[in-house]
Amino acid sequence: MSDAVASFLEAAVRTATPLALAALGEVVVERAGVINIGLEGVVIAGAFGALVGADAAGVAGGFAAAALAGTATAALFALFAVTLRADQIITGTAVTLFALGLTGALYRTLYGATGAALTLPTAAAWALPGLASLPIVGHALFGQPAVTYLAYVATPALWWWLYRTHGGLSLRAVGENPEAAAAAGVSPQRVRWRALLVGGALGGLGGGSLVLAQVGTFAEGMSAGRGFIAIAVVALGRWHPAGAALAALLFGAASALQFLFQAMGWSVPYQLFLALPYVLTLGALAGAAGRAAAPAALGRRDTSPA
Amino acid sequence: MLALLLAAGGYDAARALRALWDGAAGSSYALFSGTLVRATPLLLTGLAVTLAFRAGVLNIGAEGQLLAGAAASAAVALSLGGSVGAAVVPLALGAAAAGGALWAWPAALLRRRFGVLEVISTIMLNFVALYAVSYAVRGPLQEPLHIYPQTAALPAAAQLPRLAPGTRLHAGFLVALLAAGALWWWLRHTAAGFRLRASGASPAAAASAGLVDVGRTTTAAFLASGALAGLAGGVEVSGVTYALYENISPGYGYTAIAVALLARLDPAAVVASAVLFGALEAGAGAMQRDAGVPSVVVSVVEAALILVLLAADRLREPRWSAPSWLWGGPPQPAAGQPPAER
Repeated sequence: MSDAVASFLEAAVRTATPLALAALGEVVVERAGVINIGLEGVVIAGAFGALVGADAAGVAGGFAAAALAGTATAALFALFAVTLRADQIITGTAVTLFALGLTGALYRTLYGATGAALTLPTAAAWALPGLASLPIVGHALFGQPAVTYLAYVATPALWWWLYRTHGGLSLRAVGENPEAAAAAGVSPQRVRWRALLVGGALGGLGGGSLVLAQVGTFAEGMSAGRGFIAIAVVALGRWHPAGAALAALLFGAASALQFLFQAMGWSVPYQLFLALPYVLTLGALAGAAGRAAAPAALGRRDTSPA
Repeated sequence: MLALLLAAGGYDAARALRALWDGAAGSSYALFSGTLVRATPLLLTGLAVTLAFRAGVLNIGAEGQLLAGAAASAAVALSLGGSVGAAVVPLALGAAAAGGALWAWPAALLRRRFGVLEVISTIMLNFVALYAVSYAVRGPLQEPLHIYPQTAALPAAAQLPRLAPGTRLHAGFLVALLAAGALWWWLRHTAAGFRLRASGASPAAAASAGLVDVGRTTTAAFLASGALAGLAGGVEVSGVTYALYENISPGYGYTAIAVALLARLDPAAVVASAVLFGALEAGAGAMQRDAGVPSVVVSVVEAALILVLLAADRLREPRWSAPSWLWGGPPQPAAGQPPAER
């Protein structure tokens, strides 16, 4: 019983990590007034980058390439949605389709049409001395790969940066009222570009952790909506880093439920578990709606002078 | 652009493009059994996306609505069998449309009641539909021997007739053409069509003009869009596959977005762009067989096309009657003037 609970918690934290990283990046982006629906494309690009990087240069190379691929994908979005001021939603949808198609085509070109599962070096769990031996939650929280600890560190760091620094204030100002921010001498376009690059790096790392710390290989379309779920996680977490991290953990727990059910020997169609995170997202969106926490300029076309 | 991509990937571009052409239009068989058969679901889902986008509803869920329609029509056709004669075809297609609308309904409700972004909710519903079909073809709808994850074959009475002997082109293509004509006429020449376009072009103006209940109009458009996508699934089951299985759609619902945007949200032009994309997809299969080029290259081209159209339309003023928020925003305030009120 306690074994089942411990492995459930461990799986919950592990499946929450990619979501948490992507959602933390999207908090920064949405606080700057941009909704990056292309986050799904950022995550799959990161996953593919991790494959190429880890194949060539090991786990560290994999994470570096993942961050780079995510940043590049976000830059494509920024070029259209920020510089050219095209509609954010349509641009994001196109960027997602583009990244899904391109990673699929590159994967088949570079690794063969069969898509035979490639074994990659994976990120080893790294138990923090002392903390990992805490009862019940110790191993689940502190016996994880290093990339999970990055999410632990990024959450308070972003919190502090957004609310306690001049840069964070400027970013939130752009998200609430870009015209006023522009009048005060802050360039909304520059702030949004930077936010998107940071969000792209974090989303790419999320995709990388999916490959290197969770699945162990790449598959076409393996992001499977995680980028979109991360956007819902941001809304559920009320556009706050800590809220987003907790909401990601909730989704990780929902995805990990199947392990608990298997351990308990309850027989339920497995498709039910696979569909659960998506149904939960719908519920979360309805529950998170109508609360006045969203940045006022979110998704709106930028009308500030260039 | 495709040639550049192919050359960059180290493929023989000339050979690949020739294979693409041969596979799409090189023979009457390729045209009628490849391109036009592929174009049929793209036309119906493209119309679904057109209708929704015109109303200001960003329905990205045509894929899930197509699957729901396919499942509903297969269930009706299999349970009725030959018992109602030729009436089974319209009943199954009706069920498909109802299934598609039903699958759009949660997203429509969430949008209207809670203001939930329909882009995310419809994509979530796409995944749910995928797993629901996966369950159905292994559970309640599985073929009687319980070996393969698919339904039994549809009875002959429930299959759409072929249009010409020796080809795979079926009556569903005519259904799709009729739908395109009807939607074109309805949007352009009826009061309801005008209300829908007004709601999409400027919800605030439509509401303050006092003649349009914007919430109701957009919800109705959302459901009708789902019905069209569901019909695509029903037509695919009763005209092409004759059974329901998991991978029945190679992403028609996503390609539909490119189809609709290339047609500039004009139902008549959707016919042409659906045939173009049908040719691309039919040719992509031949390209993979003959030149070893992965067929997913086509989806890169589709997405790049959307981006190019976006950029092109942002760089010059839009002149056509799509919702203004989609391509061009309000005029940029000149320096020194107060920013536009929102």
